[in-house]
Amino acid sequence: MTRRVNFRADLHIHTCLSPCADLYMTPCRIVEKASSLGLNIIAICDHNSVENAEVTKKLAKEKGINALPGMEVTSSEEAHILGIFGDIDSAKRLQDIVYENLQAVENDKKAFDYQVIVNEKDEVLGFNKRLLIGSTRLSVEKVVELIHHFGGLAIASHIDREVFGIIGQLGFIPPDLRLDALELSRNISTEEARRKFKEYSHIPWIKSSDAHYLPDIGKASTSFFMNHSTFEELCLTLKGIDGRQVILY
Amino acid sequence: MKLYEIVDTLSLEVKTASSYLTKEVTGGYVSDLLSDVMANSKEGNIWITIQTHQNIVAVAALKDLSGIILVNNRMPDPEALKNAESQGIPILVSSLPAFELVGKLYILGLRC
Repeated sequence: MTRRVNFRADLHIHTCLSPCADLYMTPCRIVEKASSLGLNIIAICDHNSVENAEVTKKLAKEKGINALPGMEVTSSEEAHILGIFGDIDSAKRLQDIVYENLQAVENDKKAFDYQVIVNEKDEVLGFNKRLLIGSTRLSVEKVVELIHHFGGLAIASHIDREVFGIIGQLGFIPPDLRLDALELSRNISTEEARRKFKEYSHIPWIKSSDAHYLPDIGKASTSFFMNHSTFEELCLTLKGIDGRQVILY
Repeated sequence: MKLYEIVDTLSLEVKTASSYLTKEVTGGYVSDLLSDVMANSKEGNIWITIQTHQNIVAVAALKDLSGIILVNNRMPDPEALKNAESQGIPILVSSLPAFELVGKLYILGLRC
């Protein structure tokens, strides 16, 4: 049997593009922090946007980290679903549809913070004026369908959080919803989650930080025992193909 | 109070299960977090929400609620319509926002 390597992943990190994230969450600093922690794979998942993902991917590559482009989509029921992709073009296609379906309200900088788009030197390129914190008109079923349509992984965010977690919003996970994984937040131990969510043990679980501040990166992470640190391997590992394994911390 | 009395008085639009309007309404509960409804609503309650996902039907059935009122003219998702019809869960629609609708229900004498 092939010897699997332990790749440590934090698949839910916000940047300064998310209005609720710290302005210090710039691609440079995120990559630096991830590198210092020895993370092998990260995913940039801002609210309803991927506009800082490409630059992060580029910077991360120089440090040997695979930074996957992703997005935390808000469904019409206000459940958060992560869409994580192997390439930026697929992520942007989802973004187009998400933008079309996002509430048509401008971001109010008095109520929420700046939504900053930056370059690889952390210089400000512009501000996203959409209300990224708002919800889309897309149902959870539609969100998952779209993510799959564009070749991504659909993961229910922080299922242990009552508000914005799918179980809190919808009471239970619709049995026909084809989620690739469920994410536990850093606020719940794996043991507690095993007791609390045992009816969902047939779906793979991951743990990620949902970092909005630099010190939070890597505070929760998942180990993927697989061959390479690629998106394709990640997909195979979530399916448990050929003895690949997911281990939660 | 019977469900049909509420439907008539508040001019609610009956979307599903029109033959189940003779149900007795024991009180009301308002929430858009389905986990909260599962935890805190009581049997026979009428549930006021803006959620239109098919899971509302399952929650109403699980808790033996007398019906669901969608406010702000929200329409149930197609799956919700189908399931509510087959499970006999009345879904009613009001053009009023939740605050006003609940105020009217309270005046009618409904309590928790």
